[in-house]
Amino acid sequence: MGLVTTDNPLTELLHVMIEVFGNYINEFPENSEYLVVGFSPTSIPLKRRWRNNGLSADFIADYLQTFFVTEDQAISQKQIQVKKNAVKYIANELLENAMKFSDEAVHYSTRIAFHLHSDSLIFHVTNSINPENAKKLKAFIEKIEREDPHDLYFLQMEANANEGSQGHSGLGFLSMICDYEAKLGWRFEVLELHNQNMTTVTTMVYLSL
Amino acid sequence: MEIKTDDYHIIFDKPSATVICKGSLLLSGTEEYAPILDLLNQAAEQQAEQLVLDLRPLEFLNSSGINTLTKFVINVRNRQTLQLTGMGYEEIPWQVRLLKNLKRLMPDLQLNLE
Repeated sequence: MGLVTTDNPLTELLHVMIEVFGNYINEFPENSEYLVVGFSPTSIPLKRRWRNNGLSADFIADYLQTFFVTEDQAISQKQIQVKKNAVKYIANELLENAMKFSDEAVHYSTRIAFHLHSDSLIFHVTNSINPENAKKLKAFIEKIEREDPHDLYFLQMEANANEGSQGHSGLGFLSMICDYEAKLGWRFEVLELHNQNMTTVTTMVYLSL
Repeated sequence: MEIKTDDYHIIFDKPSATVICKGSLLLSGTEEYAPILDLLNQAAEQQAEQLVLDLRPLEFLNSSGINTLTKFVINVRNRQTLQLTGMGYEEIPWQVRLLKNLKRLMPDLQLNLE
């Protein structure tokens, strides 16, 4: 894990196609606070790296706590804990997804960025994804745009219990929407590097504070 | 019956008919949560009338953990023999939300919010 700049170091990448879904936000006021953390693909097995998700989510929540406190001194300790839990939950879910669905066939760093505004926090997580998983994720996104997320959340819980399903149920995304009132958006990019295509997905989560 | 690691501790205390969940549950999916789900289901099988699920000392739960508790509650609901009570702190919103979501799945679930 290390701090990286927001510029993509792979300057030779060419955009082949961009698709945007949901409430995707990508513009920020110049003076907003932000933090970017990058994870290089390594040979460390996923299982050993998994613990880092919780540690990184804790770090991010602790880091942002400074700003919750300075912006409103009157805010109670309890409210800070509630905000920290929400930030940790969402950061952890996004990192878990990025680790699970990164395309191991391509060398592409996972990056998580946070922009803090006076009343909201916006997360962006970018990772590679293989075309098959990208297709499944798009189908899921279209489903939550078409149907009521609260109904889907409970239908999914029942389905998981019945089938013992192991696949990508989307329960994490649904819990962000239903339990934390988060707004989600996605940006898929197909990039070309040295005549080879790769797909990346950026998941955006808008959390009202 | 218990499962104890550096991060979490799940205990089935038979005399008080209570499963206590402590610490942070951040495991990576169905497979890793299987021993915890087994412990919960075994506790339910050993209790004839009632069981308490005490989530008060639980500090954190990821969506795979929510999925695990959901499966357990649906299992108890489908057996229709056991009175299940969920305990949480009223002042911790995620515990309240989780227990209310579980109650929506199992309307007979008793909530004990302190």
